[in-house]
Amino acid sequence: MSENSHGNYVKIWGILLVLLIVSYLGPMLEIQIVTLLTAFGIAGVKAYMVAKHFMHVNHVPRFVPYLMVTCLVFMLLFVAGTAPDVYKADGDNWVKPEAEWLYMPPRDDQHGASAHH
Amino acid sequence: MAESITTDAPAPADDHHGHEEQSFWSKYIFSTDHKMIAMQYMFTGIAMAMIGGFMAYAFRMQLAFPGIDVPGFGIVTPANYNALVTNHGAIMIFWVAMPVLIAAFGNYLIPLMCGCDDMVFPKINRLSYQIFLLSAVVLLTSFFVEGGGFGGAWTAYPPLSAKAEYSLTPLGSTIWLVAVALEFVAFLLGGINFITTAMNSRAPGMKLYDIPIVVWMIVIASILFLVSVGPLIAGAIMLLFDQNLGTAFFDPARGGDPILWQHLFWFFGHPEVYVVLLPALGITAEIITVFARKKLFGYRTVLHTTIATGVLSFTVWAHHQFIAGVDPRMAHVFTLTTLLISVPIAEMMFVYIATLYGGSIRLTTPMLWGLAFIAEFLIGGVTGIFLGASGADIYFHDTYFVLAHFHYTFFPIAIIGTYAGLTYWFPKMFGRMMNDRLGKIHFWGTIIPFNFIFIPLFLVGMGGQHRRIYDYSHFPELAVPWMQDIRVLATSALLVMISFQLVFFYNFIVSLRRGEKAGKNPWKANTLEWTTESPPPHGNWKELPTVYRGPYEYSLPDREDDYWPQNEPN
Amino acid sequence: MRPIATTRSSSGMPTGLLAVWWVVASEIVIFGGLLGSYIMYRLSHDAWAGEAANTNTEIGLFNTFVLLTSSLFAVLAHKAAEAGDGKKAARLLYYTIGGAVTFVCVKAFEWNMEISHGYTITANTFWSFYYTAAGIHALHVIAGAIIMAIVAKDAAKNLELHRVELIGIYWHFVDIVWIFLFPLLYIAK
Repeated sequence: MSENSHGNYVKIWGILLVLLIVSYLGPMLEIQIVTLLTAFGIAGVKAYMVAKHFMHVNHVPRFVPYLMVTCLVFMLLFVAGTAPDVYKADGDNWVKPEAEWLYMPPRDDQHGASAHH
Repeated sequence: MAESITTDAPAPADDHHGHEEQSFWSKYIFSTDHKMIAMQYMFTGIAMAMIGGFMAYAFRMQLAFPGIDVPGFGIVTPANYNALVTNHGAIMIFWVAMPVLIAAFGNYLIPLMCGCDDMVFPKINRLSYQIFLLSAVVLLTSFFVEGGGFGGAWTAYPPLSAKAEYSLTPLGSTIWLVAVALEFVAFLLGGINFITTAMNSRAPGMKLYDIPIVVWMIVIASILFLVSVGPLIAGAIMLLFDQNLGTAFFDPARGGDPILWQHLFWFFGHPEVYVVLLPALGITAEIITVFARKKLFGYRTVLHTTIATGVLSFTVWAHHQFIAGVDPRMAHVFTLTTLLISVPIAEMMFVYIATLYGGSIRLTTPMLWGLAFIAEFLIGGVTGIFLGASGADIYFHDTYFVLAHFHYTFFPIAIIGTYAGLTYWFPKMFGRMMNDRLGKIHFWGTIIPFNFIFIPLFLVGMGGQHRRIYDYSHFPELAVPWMQDIRVLATSALLVMISFQLVFFYNFIVSLRRGEKAGKNPWKANTLEWTTESPPPHGNWKELPTVYRGPYEYSLPDREDDYWPQNEPN
Repeated sequence: MRPIATTRSSSGMPTGLLAVWWVVASEIVIFGGLLGSYIMYRLSHDAWAGEAANTNTEIGLFNTFVLLTSSLFAVLAHKAAEAGDGKKAARLLYYTIGGAVTFVCVKAFEWNMEISHGYTITANTFWSFYYTAAGIHALHVIAGAIIMAIVAKDAAKNLELHRVELIGIYWHFVDIVWIFLFPLLYIAK
């Protein structure tokens, strides 16, 4: 383990807390894209920082981070193969009354959807 | 990191070999020795195979002779029938194929073939077996609770599995699910142990390409299991909540989605086929190289195609769901990937056949099993092409064609693979040879009836006979005489096959006591397990071996012996 | 008693460290499958935004702070263990356990409040996911705290110091899962 990753754990912790506050304040601007960025973008950054500085993922052999990324890729694959079906609102013998069909024209459908909440 | 290695200082060696006098309990029940745990897995698996086989006997009798009072079981009611077929499938995959092929052979072979004294985590290994045993007991109790055993098929599709008013097994379905979840925990613990042992504890000099193929295959299978089972564990928790807490993860009426379960299940379920297939392929690779006295044709090809198969196996899962209402555009993708995955498997088959070509083949019992694996699995693989193509599958789905297809894959895997491995390593495990003549009688008595069970079922499947029907006499177009004759034929063949298994058990017990002493290396094989005593002592070797070459150096022209053990210095 | 197999490291990593990373891999797919399912449902149910508005962001924020801080203690404990100071490592691990206990207590308080407002696990599939995901995560927190107590007990006697790093890696992983649960369950409204 190299020296430079030592000693500044508290600094990393401070950065993580600042990022946490930003992700909390982000939604207050009430711009959806900003909310998504501050929420999930920052979550990604925080996860990366924890993995790099606390778990020392760059000090273990290369196959370890590759393995972790591979697991994530397989999960993306799972979502990609499953999503077209889960987004369906009905099938031959079933319907999902609460679900809204994503690909419908937004305007009319939004009204129909917002009727029940 | 240097610090953490030094704190890991090796315990004195005699500490590990020291306890000569062990009580019955510490030697056979609570042992942490990998060989004993392998035996525990093996015999539990064989006991479960008998239970699963008995279930097959009961429901096959009902299908051939509807309403018969099955000897040893009684009248098979519709609920019984559903519970029997469900648990036959679950037992044969989760409690027979997995424990025997991965856990038993993995436990036995990985430390011996890698040249170390035990698994890296012996206590976790023992815990893994204990959880597995518990899961088997939990599964069996599900038959004796109110409402009886779970009958919603081993795939447990909701809403049938989620709602007691449909499945009529309020307790049985929950207990079944808990048993499966426990079994997963056991194999996660075991799998991490296998992977870590093979990665970290190889003998000095054993490089990646010197590892015997069967070890590679078991490790890759463990990785496939570990990566694919996660979503299903999450899904099992969701289903458990649907069953018992009244959530609606899979209930479309309340915003859930039953198709999601099918995806979660098959995202695991399809790699699972390869999880059990790979160890059987590995066992076959060891056997055919030894008994053809030839180097494995393309070690690296086999290894790389195995990895390719493993990766591809994650991309094919929805071919089980073509008629479940999945997106037709995705069905095209999954058809394509399914046809693609037959390429690496076919490549492996060609490699095995090329290994046999020009070898000096010795038709011993294990070799017969190995060859039978290739031949029978080929039929299973080829019929899979029909089912992988979404157009044909719409007709074949849920018919006996599917059933015959996957029995042509799983029977070679679970039964032929086990017999191949067991007859091959029997001398190492117990120190004595098995009787070859009885072995061959058992072999032919198993293989011939097996084909008489399932080839006819392809025919009735193509004739439109659906699965999961309790009594065909209610379906006039399926109750025609030729179909009923085929059902009787299949059941009779099953009875013949089951009765020939007695030959194996007789042979096993007699050879255990009176078989010829095997010596260290009866088959003149190269891999490391044959360099120690038979059976290996606790700790495996007095002095752990060093490796100088790959595992398949047979019939080298400039050597006197036609084999060259891995640990022999140049 | 430890077999020679455990002390070898052909892969270039100590055995325990290698195994912990495999455990993390197996956990990634468990949470990946669960959260993947949740995200798909969330995207196809616009009405869930209304349900998510009823979660308490401040409590989520506080719990994230607690977990991040406990992660800091875990990594400082690892540093102390590397320096051979078992006593200090054990003390820092006990702080980490304190974080875990705080987390679980806050969680219990939060759930209690939500359940008393009628947001039970069966209220809606959003709440089913909310309790399932956070519940599985909380189980990991509890399991981690128990293991950490065992490690700390040994570490205080300067025994098995390498385990401090191993439990730390697991703990950081549990932290990372929460880092994603926080926006998924609390912020995205």
